[in-house]
Amino acid sequence: MRIQVDLSVLEQTRWYEYATRFLFGGTITAIAGIIAGKWGPGIGGLFLAFPAILPASATLIENHEKEKKEKLGLRGTRRGREAASIDAAGAAIGSIGLFIFALLVWQFGSGHRAGIVLLGATAAWAAVSVLCWHIRERA
Amino acid sequence: MSQILVRFVIGGVVVSAFAVLGDVFKPKSFAGLFGAAPSVALATLGLTFAIEGAAYATTEARSMMAGAIAFFAYASFVSWVLMRYKPRALWATLGSIPLWLGTAFGLWYVWLK
Repeated sequence: MRIQVDLSVLEQTRWYEYATRFLFGGTITAIAGIIAGKWGPGIGGLFLAFPAILPASATLIENHEKEKKEKLGLRGTRRGREAASIDAAGAAIGSIGLFIFALLVWQFGSGHRAGIVLLGATAAWAAVSVLCWHIRERA
Repeated sequence: MSQILVRFVIGGVVVSAFAVLGDVFKPKSFAGLFGAAPSVALATLGLTFAIEGAAYATTEARSMMAGAIAFFAYASFVSWVLMRYKPRALWATLGSIPLWLGTAFGLWYVWLK
């Protein structure tokens, strides 16, 4: 399946949907810092892989798919939830890349420049995630 | 307090940026990859390296591996529940958070503690 970019989706997204994601992401990041400060980096580090985007994005996809079907005079509830399920399956594949990101920062974080390590680990997350997605699509 | 505020703003911006990237890509299974972007990690680790040092940041990254495995279990379960029982996406994703918490803390206890 070909990967495409559709910028029209950005116009469909309402201001409060952007605000919700900002608030949720900001809150989780702040909580991760508070937990690390209180219980140490061992516990705090777990929250670096907290599912901060998925709840809002799955809900957004469900709502947009539902609205699309309803504009055509169809009931879109079922289709919306199936689309959210596909989004979550993609996130499960992306979590393999997330593991590699953490592994690289753990292994190379000491003795190298932080910016380079984070940039390299992010590139590895993207490469591993896309590779796993391609393998899954071809299977 | 100011450090928490800085974390909040940076976290909000990074999470929103990855979420917007996920919005614009098609098909949905590919866009879903961005749901597992290292958004909270990037927002947190940048500050942690600068303030606490590399040893602290790498300890966090080590625990993050357990969090990522928990994420895989969580997202797989959410996907299955949504396809099989078709509840509202919000209930499925938020209601499954205890699975992420249980798996992450369980792995940390038996593997990393």
